[in-house]
Amino acid sequence: MKFNQTYIKRLIFILSLWPLLSISIYIFQDNLGANPIEFIERHFGKWTLIFLCLTLSMTPLRRITNISEWILYRRMLGLFVFFYASIHLLCYIGLDYHFAWIDIKNDIIKHRYVLVGFLAWLLLFPLAITSSDKMIRRLKVNWKRLHRLIYAIAILGVLHFVWLVKKDLTEPLIYAAIVSILLILRLDIFNRKKN
Amino acid sequence: MTNIKKITSSEITPEHIYNDRRNFIKNLGLILSSSALSTFANTGFGALSSLPSFTESKDHGNDKLTSLKDITSYNNYYEFGTSKSDPHDHADLLKIDPWSISIEGSVAKSLKLDVDDLVKLIPIEERIYRLRCVEGWSMVIPWVGIPLSSLLKKVSPTGNAKYVEFVSLKRPSEMIGQKDDMLDWPYTEGLRLDEAMHPLTILAVGLYGKVLPKQNGAPIRLVVPWKYGFKSIKAITKIRLVEKMPVSTWMKANSKEYGFYANVNPEVDHPRWSQATERRIGESLLAPRIKTEMFNGYQKEVAHLYQGMDLKRNF
Repeated sequence: MKFNQTYIKRLIFILSLWPLLSISIYIFQDNLGANPIEFIERHFGKWTLIFLCLTLSMTPLRRITNISEWILYRRMLGLFVFFYASIHLLCYIGLDYHFAWIDIKNDIIKHRYVLVGFLAWLLLFPLAITSSDKMIRRLKVNWKRLHRLIYAIAILGVLHFVWLVKKDLTEPLIYAAIVSILLILRLDIFNRKKN
Repeated sequence: MTNIKKITSSEITPEHIYNDRRNFIKNLGLILSSSALSTFANTGFGALSSLPSFTESKDHGNDKLTSLKDITSYNNYYEFGTSKSDPHDHADLLKIDPWSISIEGSVAKSLKLDVDDLVKLIPIEERIYRLRCVEGWSMVIPWVGIPLSSLLKKVSPTGNAKYVEFVSLKRPSEMIGQKDDMLDWPYTEGLRLDEAMHPLTILAVGLYGKVLPKQNGAPIRLVVPWKYGFKSIKAITKIRLVEKMPVSTWMKANSKEYGFYANVNPEVDHPRWSQATERRIGESLLAPRIKTEMFNGYQKEVAHLYQGMDLKRNF
């Protein structure tokens, strides 16, 4: 069983690198379209949301399937959320804005979709640095409290997408629906311990 | 006795662009059925099978032209879908032959004609313009068209004509994006009469020396280079001279974000996108954003139209 888990973890890790591999293929084939920077930003933004949904799925999956192993993969998936969110942010700051800090500051304070996106990343940061076993032990009950921030992050992340879109809300609303379901599944009425 | 060089459409197209176009047609062929492709190949891009000879633009400026591939594959044209690639993928469904355009309303004599007649009536010319999208990106496009003022003069607007309203087409069977009611179809736009009569304002029927591709608004579209791209309505069927300010489609959709004037203005920010800078399409991955200029760099030509107006309120 132990061997199996390690094996699965490695597999998940490798699969989780797909967004990096796929963007490399796009770049290599010069297939990024007319607005390559927007393409790369959107790519990592989308994968951040996907990993966020995956991370939030582990707890409901454990309960629904009655298999506790799901929870073992949650931390790694959560770290990938931070990883892809950071690349997304770096693309915005570096590729898109060439580290023009004043322009970036203005963009953040003037546009609510940028603001909530940036907030979501800021909130991810303490979660990422407290993800080690040592920090879990050190923070005790506070660790659990702190990591409930992921719910706020999920909502901000979806809002970031909803507010970006000009008219066609189809895609952001799909993420909104998935995140809503994953959050509703955590409500008490779904969580009564089976005796 | 004119020293303006007359050139044919084939002369102006550099070979690599011509090859791009061949590739573009080839790529389209993957999407289209073979019979549709042969129709497409026979008629070129639209109702006009070719452009009459035209005057070459004398004003290339310092701007590098955006490639034909980018101009024809990255479009906002919600009639065919909301993704930037949808117009390229779906615009071929639109039948633009026959097509007539009527000029009516407060005019001495209304006019209804097809694009073929129009380009016989008024000489076409090339205009290289920057196009700035409200979303913060821009292109440099060699349009071919006629000054709108030349057409409006033919119908003699009456004293009641204060504004010009433009109406596009509603045909959901061919404009598949219209199966969704997200905008109030048909797309409608408007200009003040003096904006419409301004020499920079054109009706375009061509691009890169060739007939206008459907995804770019064939058979005929408006181009107002100092305004955000959404003002430059595509596939025009009606031009109406009216007394009251028309309500454009985007004003109806979201009047807080999209005003009637929509002049490019780096000082008036949009709630979604920064208008201070823009990304030039086709530049390298490492190219920086460029500063957006007042009236998209056409300040000298058009600023007088807005003298004394509060451009923050009249956005």
